[in-house]
Amino acid sequence: MDDAGVIIAFYVLAAMTIGSAVAVVVVRNMIHAVVALIGTFAGVAGLYVTLSADFIAITQILIYIGAISILFLFAIVLTPQSGRGNQEGFLRIPAAALCALVTGVLAYVALDTDWNIAGGPGFQETATEIGTLLLDKYVLPFEIASALLLVAVVGSIVLVSPEPAEED
Amino acid sequence: MAIHLEHYLIVGAILFGIGLYLVLAKRNFIGVLMGIEMMFNAVNLTFISFSRFVESPSPLSGHVFVVFTITVSAAEAATALALAVMVYRTRDTIDVDQIDLLKW
Repeated sequence: MDDAGVIIAFYVLAAMTIGSAVAVVVVRNMIHAVVALIGTFAGVAGLYVTLSADFIAITQILIYIGAISILFLFAIVLTPQSGRGNQEGFLRIPAAALCALVTGVLAYVALDTDWNIAGGPGFQETATEIGTLLLDKYVLPFEIASALLLVAVVGSIVLVSPEPAEED
Repeated sequence: MAIHLEHYLIVGAILFGIGLYLVLAKRNFIGVLMGIEMMFNAVNLTFISFSRFVESPSPLSGHVFVVFTITVSAAEAATALALAVMVYRTRDTIDVDQIDLLKW
């Protein structure tokens, strides 16, 4: 981790992540907010690469940038009056104070705690071992996750499908 | 000056704070959902950085946990956006300040 390239990559990616997240807050057009949100997801995927988590980085790009952003775009297009309104409500000052407090406490705990650092090199490649763990030690959560995804898909389709016409 | 665990944790904390602000302050329901996804990302980043840096008997369990978190967040996004579309159809708004049927 003492490589100069890794240090530069971390700061560039962190600035991209935080900057895009701030842009999601300040831009007024919801489509622009989704584009900024994609920037945040891409920055987090890059941070995963610097943490030598290759499989999670690819999953992040596929699921968040590829699927969830498109879902957001569809939801914005299907609710036409929401396209321009991205204002804050009347709670913006207390919300900002609370968020600053939460961020400060989390950062203080992260800096103050004496973590049990391993200090080894990063992982070589993770996909094989993640697959083994998923089908060996974590097979029950794996099956529950598949059932959850099925229920979510069926529920979304039932929610947005138009009401059937009354038959008399 | 190398990159340590604390750097990633602080990025995660800032991202979590911005997501929390979106959830609390935005009036658009889709903006609230963007904040929720951002908080999921912050927590996942923290999981992965702990998995990379901290001493553990099975270091890749953090990765597996993140796989499940991403699954649950995808299911949550699909359901919540369907709910947003349905609320818009019945109430003609997704302003969370105007969806107040339970308020007396």
